[in-house]
Amino acid sequence: MTVETLTSYDQALTRYEPVLGMETHVELGTASKMFCGCPTTFGAPPNTQVCPVCLGLPGSLPVANAMAIESTIRIGLALNCSIASWCRFARKNYFYPDMPKNYQISQYDEPLCSDGYLDVEVGGETIRIEIERVHLEEDTGKSTHMGGAGRIQGADYSLVDYNRAGIPLVEIVTKPITGTGALVPEVARAYATELREVMRSLGVSDVRMEEGSMRCDVNLSLMPRGSSTWGTRTETKNVNSLRSVERAVRSEVERQAGVLDAGGRIVQETRHFHEETGTTTPGRSKEEAQDYRYFPEPDLLPIAPDPAWIEELRATLPELPSTRRRRLQAEWSLSDLDMAAMHNIGAIPLVEQTVAAGAPAADARKWWMGELARRANESGVALSDLAITPGQVARVGALVAEGALNDKLARQVIEGVLAGEGDPDAVVAARGLKIVSDEGALSAIVDQVIAENADAAEKVRNGKVAAAGALVGAVMKASRGQADAGRARALILEKLGAS
Amino acid sequence: MSAITRDEVAHLARLSRLALTEDELDHFAAQLGVILESVARVSEVAADDIPPSSHALPLTNVFRPDERQPSLTPDQALAGAPAPEENRFRVPRILEEE
Repeated sequence: MTVETLTSYDQALTRYEPVLGMETHVELGTASKMFCGCPTTFGAPPNTQVCPVCLGLPGSLPVANAMAIESTIRIGLALNCSIASWCRFARKNYFYPDMPKNYQISQYDEPLCSDGYLDVEVGGETIRIEIERVHLEEDTGKSTHMGGAGRIQGADYSLVDYNRAGIPLVEIVTKPITGTGALVPEVARAYATELREVMRSLGVSDVRMEEGSMRCDVNLSLMPRGSSTWGTRTETKNVNSLRSVERAVRSEVERQAGVLDAGGRIVQETRHFHEETGTTTPGRSKEEAQDYRYFPEPDLLPIAPDPAWIEELRATLPELPSTRRRRLQAEWSLSDLDMAAMHNIGAIPLVEQTVAAGAPAADARKWWMGELARRANESGVALSDLAITPGQVARVGALVAEGALNDKLARQVIEGVLAGEGDPDAVVAARGLKIVSDEGALSAIVDQVIAENADAAEKVRNGKVAAAGALVGAVMKASRGQADAGRARALILEKLGAS
Repeated sequence: MSAITRDEVAHLARLSRLALTEDELDHFAAQLGVILESVARVSEVAADDIPPSSHALPLTNVFRPDERQPSLTPDQALAGAPAPEENRFRVPRILEEE
């Protein structure tokens, strides 16, 4: 194997213009499979969700799942596509054991939806990603390779579980995306992110990349600057997180530029992305050029969606994520930058739910973007995976607003909730985190602090009110943060005759 | 001349993972040629106003509701498998050694 020299990303972009294409597979969240009534539950024991149809046994006949057709049309409509008035399924023939039939039912030159677009935001700008097609097919089985370090290369044999075979799978293909320049990794990620949100808002899939219910293939080629002839592209398969989408694009830019700079030529091939190294390696290689011998699926009748049905489905479309973000931004009076920051870490739905639970938008945003974002970051989890609900965050905010907590105590309450100590009120009770509002107790602490800090106290008496800060700090410390700082300050000034 | 060339038959055999001898290639090319020629005769009678059709039934939109039906048990599913292992289908090495 030859060792490839990489060209640094910035260098690469001075000489080449990247051309990106994205193919995204989304498993639909239907109750049953695409062409049979088998369940679609993720993680079921091997071959417990299979029947003669999805095992491709002789004499079995597929019948299309109405919900899958509806979901695909709704996806097409949400992506501004035209819906075919008539189209067919096609057989994609290939010899590989992940499909027991030796073919996959897919769509070929007659996709259900075509020619749409999705607008994504990158660095404050809106970029329109054109959609080539959205088609419906069936997912394949899962192979486990035995021997040879678990990889297909060098394996002794493989074991196949067909639970996943036949789950409805929607493939969304973009047109080539050009003119992004150095932003190409961010554009790829922003597209995958936005697409995932659209799917979520439609409720057609759980779009869990880590479980494979959304998978991205990244096509990339480089074109020398000033040229108008596209280069040879590679296809990096099954990139399984949003961050990996961005890294895979970046890594392919560096690798391809390195090959081209060394006078080499890009091989059109499938590549695999590796999480650990952030690089890609060639996939199934040396195989003959694919020849799938597509032909219309004889076992399934054509689909001819009635225009009235399409309009009915259009009426079921929810407010789409980009529209929703614009509305919320106006409602919350936030800048583009603030909104983008919230969007990037997935805080928008959480803030929205916290507001719905009664918190003012500014408070909700403060907690999610501040303390909670910090904690999520520290423990390396998504904001939405923190063990605190929007309702609990709203309650913490309310306790602060009532004066029962200050920010410092509120952070301890959040810590308690995250540690599984119960609701905010339970944590406050269990940890004894109420602000000391008992005047007698506070007064005693203030007297003690004044006695212990004679110098500072003297300065305040002499009119240097700024010196009171140190005394307030000492009161907060003595009360373990449970004093109301404003009240403590007033009391100090009063006792020292400076108010 | 046959409707299918010997090379095309060899290509299809390779795609289907069938090992055909030289003699078999000649034999099947001739046979497949006869079949293709017979089918091609249909196009001689097809009038211009008849669009090509892929299905015999004049039906569209035949769907089933999204409802679950009982699946097979793993034992039933694997009953015809020559070498089940851990309730999975065991298949020979997929990629040849390079």
